[in-house]
Amino acid sequence: MQSVLGSYAPILIFGALAIVISAAMLGMALFSGHQKPYPEKTTAYECGFEAFDDARRRFDVRFYLVAILFIIFDLEVAFLFPWAVSLSRIGYFGFFSMLGFLSVLGIGFLYEWRKGALDWD
Amino acid sequence: MAHFFYQTLVGQIILMVLETLAVLVPLLIGVAYLTLMERKVMAAMQRRRGPNVNGLFGLLQAFADAIKMIVKETVIPAGANRILFLFAPFLAFALAMLAWAVIPTGNGLAVANINVGILYLLAVSSLGVYGILIAGWASNSKYAFMGSMRAAAQMVSYEVSIGLIIVSVLLAVGSLNLNDIVLAQRHIWFCLPMFPVFIIFFISALAETGRAPFDLPEGESELVAGFFVEYSSLAFGLFFLGEYANMILMSALVSILFLGGWLPPIGVFPFTLVPGPLWLIAKILFCLFVFIWVRATFPRFRYDQLMRLGWKVFLPFSLIWMIGTAAFLMVTGLLPQGGGMN
Repeated sequence: MQSVLGSYAPILIFGALAIVISAAMLGMALFSGHQKPYPEKTTAYECGFEAFDDARRRFDVRFYLVAILFIIFDLEVAFLFPWAVSLSRIGYFGFFSMLGFLSVLGIGFLYEWRKGALDWD
Repeated sequence: MAHFFYQTLVGQIILMVLETLAVLVPLLIGVAYLTLMERKVMAAMQRRRGPNVNGLFGLLQAFADAIKMIVKETVIPAGANRILFLFAPFLAFALAMLAWAVIPTGNGLAVANINVGILYLLAVSSLGVYGILIAGWASNSKYAFMGSMRAAAQMVSYEVSIGLIIVSVLLAVGSLNLNDIVLAQRHIWFCLPMFPVFIIFFISALAETGRAPFDLPEGESELVAGFFVEYSSLAFGLFFLGEYANMILMSALVSILFLGGWLPPIGVFPFTLVPGPLWLIAKILFCLFVFIWVRATFPRFRYDQLMRLGWKVFLPFSLIWMIGTAAFLMVTGLLPQGGGMN
């Protein structure tokens, strides 16, 4: 058990170094660059016009749909991982159990397809 | 004496830091030179010369670009959330580096040889979406917002088929460890029996990293630069470098999953002389070349075409392929034995 946890220690160190390097690069630019802001420079880019209104507003519901579908299918993949590495032990019973699960999801996928949730126009 | 020193806790930590730097420093130099390689290779494909003024053959161009970006002003828009605005490029770049902790460059030669390496890679690459979403929201610019929504939707759409294809590979390996995945290809590289999903994985990798022809989040002709339209100096540079680091990571992943990682093409005398890491680097360079080649060749997709390809073509195909692989391995009895708990 100790060795399993021990194999994650390098990741902690790796992460710490990655954070330090990124922060150093960002800080380097912030301190070495000559900062001289004025209103025209700091407005959001909008083709040379002044920004009309705030950008944080309503957006297309299809982005929501894609995100929800992603959650469902990502969960499906999460179920598939343990099944994939242990298929030799669980034999045909495990294989057909997963096939049952996948067919349930497949019906859901066909429903989405027929409903047009996957269309983008 | 030195051997004893590396047994202590401090010695262990110093050793880990040195190992980490041995991965990160070449990676950063590689990212810098990948930008130069892209310009050079694309120029050669368009029958002209790439950067060739700064230094011999333009080899100092990457450093000239970096120094220029460092001394530029970091403009922070008035309407932006300052902390999140600066946090986003930091996160994008740190995550692009973090994934490299588990990539094996030789037999057992990874900084962290963890048992669930492929899950770790999936998790870290999924976190990349956050950097983009935060950048788009914090900029408070309509182009940045649109670009980040598109980028996020595109990345998650193609991640599903990437996940399913990885499951197909895992069926043939029986382990989540990246080292085992490479070793399972001693007899045959997975790109041969799994050629269709190898191609789909590569195309999904293009979409996942937002590369042409799937560079819609940036779409410079319609969204000006997408989610990093408001960024300047190294804050912009970090996104740019992060994108290229992700390209190298995806190339490494393609090499490990399908092209036999550090293994030579044939395990006979002249090939086995070349050390493993060099084989991996050669394969990564080949994949990067194809990344650039594709960019120089194909026009950009439309967004509805992109989504249709991801959800209606790649997802069903990789799902059916995965079931087919499992059924084939079950029937022929070729399933790797004793997988999972070893």
